[in-house]
Amino acid sequence: MITYDFLQKYWWFILSLLGGLLVFLLFVQGGQSMLNSLSKKEDEKKLLINALGRKWEYTFTTLVTFGGAFFASFPLFYSTSFGGAYWAWMILLFCFVLQAISYEYQSKPGNIFGPKTYRTFLFINGVLGTLLLGVAVASFFTGSEFTVEKGNIAGLGAAGHTISQWKSPLYGLELLGNVRNWTLGLAVLFLARTMASLFFVNRLNHEILEKRSRRYTLYNGIPFVVFFLVFLIWTLAAEGYAVNPDTSQVYMEPMKYLHNFIDMPVVLVFFVLGVLAVLYGVFYTVFNPGFKKGIWFAGAGAVVTVTMLLLVAGYNNTAYYPSSIDLQSSLTLQNSSSSYFTLSVMSVVSLLVPFVIAYIFYAWRALEKKKLSLDDLEADGHVY
Amino acid sequence: MNLLSVSTVYWSRAQFALTAGFHWIFVPITIGLGLIMAVMETMYVRTGDVKWKNVSKFWQKIFAINFAIGVATGIIMEFQFGTNWSNYSWFVGDIFGAPLAIEGILAFFMEATFISIMIFGWNRVGKKMHLASTWLVFTGVTLSAFWILVANAWMQHPVGMAFNPDTVRNEMVDFWAVIFSPVAYNKFLHAVFSCWAISAGFVVGVSSWYLLKKRHEDFALKSIKVGALVGLVAFVMLAVTGDGSAYEVSQKQPMKLAAMEGLYEGKEGAGLVAIGMLNPAKQDYNDEVDPFIFKLEIPKLLSFLGYRNMNAFVPGIKDLVDGGYTLQDGSTALSFEERKARGKIAIQALADYQTAKEEKRDADAAGYEIILKENYAHFGYGYLETGEELIPHVPLTFYSFRLMVIIGCYSILFFAILLYFIYRKNIRNPRWLQYVALWSIPLPIIAGQLGWLVTEIGRQPWTIQDILPIQVAVSAVSPGNIIISFIIFAVLSTGMLIAEVTIIVKQIKKGPDAVAEKEA
Repeated sequence: MITYDFLQKYWWFILSLLGGLLVFLLFVQGGQSMLNSLSKKEDEKKLLINALGRKWEYTFTTLVTFGGAFFASFPLFYSTSFGGAYWAWMILLFCFVLQAISYEYQSKPGNIFGPKTYRTFLFINGVLGTLLLGVAVASFFTGSEFTVEKGNIAGLGAAGHTISQWKSPLYGLELLGNVRNWTLGLAVLFLARTMASLFFVNRLNHEILEKRSRRYTLYNGIPFVVFFLVFLIWTLAAEGYAVNPDTSQVYMEPMKYLHNFIDMPVVLVFFVLGVLAVLYGVFYTVFNPGFKKGIWFAGAGAVVTVTMLLLVAGYNNTAYYPSSIDLQSSLTLQNSSSSYFTLSVMSVVSLLVPFVIAYIFYAWRALEKKKLSLDDLEADGHVY
Repeated sequence: MNLLSVSTVYWSRAQFALTAGFHWIFVPITIGLGLIMAVMETMYVRTGDVKWKNVSKFWQKIFAINFAIGVATGIIMEFQFGTNWSNYSWFVGDIFGAPLAIEGILAFFMEATFISIMIFGWNRVGKKMHLASTWLVFTGVTLSAFWILVANAWMQHPVGMAFNPDTVRNEMVDFWAVIFSPVAYNKFLHAVFSCWAISAGFVVGVSSWYLLKKRHEDFALKSIKVGALVGLVAFVMLAVTGDGSAYEVSQKQPMKLAAMEGLYEGKEGAGLVAIGMLNPAKQDYNDEVDPFIFKLEIPKLLSFLGYRNMNAFVPGIKDLVDGGYTLQDGSTALSFEERKARGKIAIQALADYQTAKEEKRDADAAGYEIILKENYAHFGYGYLETGEELIPHVPLTFYSFRLMVIIGCYSILFFAILLYFIYRKNIRNPRWLQYVALWSIPLPIIAGQLGWLVTEIGRQPWTIQDILPIQVAVSAVSPGNIIISFIIFAVLSTGMLIAEVTIIVKQIKKGPDAVAEKEA
């Protein structure tokens, strides 16, 4: 018999994995944030845009699926975070909206606003999309200012019928006032840029751009490592939001996330392996001019690292979306998930995921048998 | 309800309407064009005629331009359930979230993956694999429509769920009841055929423009043949599924039906208003003012369409508020006041249940749970104050429905005549028909928007029929913030729409790829 507890943890794992895949696929955003700095000529820019343009939908779809899966499995998060940190999510949405049209429209005649505008949209999405996503995820560790009172809907509260109430009048923008949130935001931004550099090294048949991308791997890799380490050490050393499994009471525990790693050695081992894979992918690419497969090491490493980090946020009796002003309002896997029945139905659907991954893999391979060069753009019949 | 929350509700609704309205301009073209270009490419693979390839590639180019903006407006829709309707997200997220997640896993990835093969893969995969990808894009976009329409249908007619007082939400107990609800499949079919219709109108109109200009005539003839056939099938099926949808509305949302018909006083053997003008002097459902300045009615048709019985009683707005008429199962309909009282009992029982549980008075809690269950069907009424709140905007619903039906009838005639000319006469000759086709492009798009107005305005004040009114579903975000995000969305969406239209017009003026024609 599959228990409710198992299903809640299974879905947290699926979400963590989707989060990991999303961060890997943010290399598209990373690339968008350095279109101008990486390319000196229009031809080069065009090649970069087209290389990224063939991948943007994967990132976008993963983000949408991540949102949908979160809604289906932990609806109280959807209700509390989206309805509360309104501006953090809205700004994120706006810049993804801008991205969705920019590839297709930027070089088309009649696009009204001119290619520069659309490329600026891509840049905005590249910087803000990654930064804000990092900041939002950091709040899983640092907490946010909200209360949850389910009795409000029956008129038991004084603040109206709404269950989740955000207490900051800045509706999510206050998350930018926390330095630790910034460190993860910047780490995600620079990781995305690092992986974009690795992607270009791997994907392009263009000597100058490849050489430049190798240098950019280092330029971005170093700040990434610095910001990531600051966030990691700070978080491991800080107090965390623990849940008493017997009483469901949330309390502050010193070095909670470090304890989680120690209590879950498998997670720790995979986390370390993930980090090492990222570092290997980055530095081996930088120091070996013939090595082009760095993106696969760094990408796989990023997926594993982020997945493990999110597991640490939710597993081992931890409140994954904590309230810093009212501990007992914090969201845990137990108090915010969908019902046993819904999680079971969704779990059956999730068995189809390997099939989905298989056809994505097929399509990716079919389109990438050979490297992308300027000559291919016209030959393929569709140029961004 | 205080003034602040009225404003929050108003702007949250406005924002949702704005984004949904924009989304439904682009999505139907994506879905319908998906079918049309898949048929065209199938013709290419079957006949080996490279001219069909040329036709397919042109429409795929238009598809790609349009797809991008459909995606852009789509992401807003998904996240808005959380940002602006947070109570809703918790109260029914256990049921509503699942179709959204399944849509992402099963449909969006299919679209995103195979669209890249369809667009970039002409030289990178085999002919048959490419054709399969095009059909899979169509399958993906249609599946995505299925899941989101299942979710929408569930809001109109909640089934397969039970209220859990411990978690204070509705929980799914029967997945199959949710996806095989008659409201869901009627809605799905009606919406998807409307997508086919919109795209057919677009393809036929654009092709007619080429005929008028005497450019790319072979291309235009091929396109017009496929478009006209899809268009006629779509509009005939829209009539069939429209009948199914209207039947479901009469059974499950009688107030919406009454508003669609401007029917204030219920009657047996009710007629369907073919055309009519509502009387603006009618201010209250209960006044004695005639709701119509004039109307032309088809006798007994409303009773027949709504209840499959020419003499059935169709309740009017007044009956639905005041109750007292006999329901189909023989029982007597409750009045608004009775339902409101029972709704308040249900809400109070929930509050008492929560308090009793907290104080560990389990026996008392069990008693309150029974009271709650007995009255839960009226839960949402407990949040309303007056019977007027139950009544949707009658003129908007009434005229939108009529105009949609008129466009539908016109389009069946138009596509039938078009097909007659294609197969019996010569479609190159009647320039008047080509002009009609060109100027008819917006009509199915307008009909699609009107259809959604009827569906969504007609079900007010409910986000979940009878269970959750709009004012209890919203997030606790102050109206000033929503006004700002509304303005940003309005500017972005309008800008994107203008850009899309001008890009598509340029592409059409440029015409299909010259190289491929030479190849032919």
